[in-house]
Amino acid sequence: MNKVVNNVEEALVGIEDGMTLMLGGFGLCGIPENSIAQLVKLGVKDLTCISNNAGVDDFGLGLLLHGHQIKKMISSYVGENAEFERQMLSGELIVDLIPQGSLAERCRAGGAGIPAFFTPAGYGTEVAEGKEVREFNGKPHILEMALSADFAIVKAWKGDTEGNLIFKATARNFNPMMAMAGKITIAEVEELVPAGELDPNDIHTPGIFVQRIFKGEKFEKRIEQRTVRIKN
Amino acid sequence: MALDKTGIAKRIAQELRDGWYVNLGIGIPTLVANYIPEGIEVEFQSENGVLGMGPFPFDGEEDADLINAGKQTITVLKGAAFFDSAMSFSMIRGQHVQLTVLGAMEVSQNGDIANWKIPGKMVKGMGGAMDLVASAENIIVAMMHSNREGESKILKKCTLPLTGVGCVKKVVTELAVLEIRDNKFYLIERAPGVSVEEIISKTEGDLVVPDFVPEMVL
Repeated sequence: MNKVVNNVEEALVGIEDGMTLMLGGFGLCGIPENSIAQLVKLGVKDLTCISNNAGVDDFGLGLLLHGHQIKKMISSYVGENAEFERQMLSGELIVDLIPQGSLAERCRAGGAGIPAFFTPAGYGTEVAEGKEVREFNGKPHILEMALSADFAIVKAWKGDTEGNLIFKATARNFNPMMAMAGKITIAEVEELVPAGELDPNDIHTPGIFVQRIFKGEKFEKRIEQRTVRIKN
Repeated sequence: MALDKTGIAKRIAQELRDGWYVNLGIGIPTLVANYIPEGIEVEFQSENGVLGMGPFPFDGEEDADLINAGKQTITVLKGAAFFDSAMSFSMIRGQHVQLTVLGAMEVSQNGDIANWKIPGKMVKGMGGAMDLVASAENIIVAMMHSNREGESKILKKCTLPLTGVGCVKKVVTELAVLEIRDNKFYLIERAPGVSVEEIISKTEGDLVVPDFVPEMVL
């Protein structure tokens, strides 16, 4: 089944004001940067964005925050973004902070047909407020609900025309789970190859989870914390 | 003399055991990787999706697709593995990681920890800390004994929003090594040249002090 669309414009058709989007990435690593640039261009507003982080002031989801396109963020860590902090503290932006492992599992559950699950993470903290608590093996756990999205937008290293995806190094992060949890999943890839060129043994995300795939025009791949050793 | 950050990291490194998988938090905990005792093999897990983390890359060899949970560029060692976030936290929640080292703003004598939020001032989020502290069998907290105003951060009860409850068993500060048991802090070691009196005066929580408190050997 050919999932290929010609470009980012075609890929994002149907995204409207008020929708819920999942966006892959950890920090600026493995984010769908071409699609984020297109969301800025489209000017869609009142978005609920599910993403581990919120980018930095001038890159990643920070670009959408700057244009006040996001109404609500569901994330685990939002440091490194002054505009985010300002909008949150002033009440312009609704923020739901949840533990990183719970966020990952909630996305996975959403795509895997599991409506909710119990986890020990967050028990006894603000995160547990209003949530059912149950003891298993003598330890309290809280009930966390699955997450899903109108569109999931992920970024992969290689993809084929069937929508099969391979991620590189730690750019994999949240992308595979989010790919599973989108009603429509869009994959932007660095390399797009004909079906048959990727070894089926190597596929991380099978094409069944991907509805649209395109080759990103340009990847800046900005580094957030460049840390190096000096050669002797 | 009180330890610097490097000293705290060196002391925590002595807690590493051969064959352990270890998750190091941001800040002082990251430095622990520089002081692995001789003859011990450990593997570092970073919750963004890597096992077998190596040192920072040489200048010019950094890869934007290869970072740690602090978003720093890294390298990997032979035998490393990459995985997605759900699998990463399966390792953590499933207690396949033997030791977690993380920083804190406050700890209390019942083992509670607070490190993610100062209401009205600072909200960065908990990241993976809540998952880590809720599940890890072995948690060591690396922190300063008191804040900039000189107020103790080793408390009867935490004042800040909690990250986890009843989970911390050991704390290493610039002054001391403390264990948490039976709703009390136990003074195990003191930093070289630091007096027991100084530690007592800077600890707000209930502190059990034995007759003899050895100095740390670093």
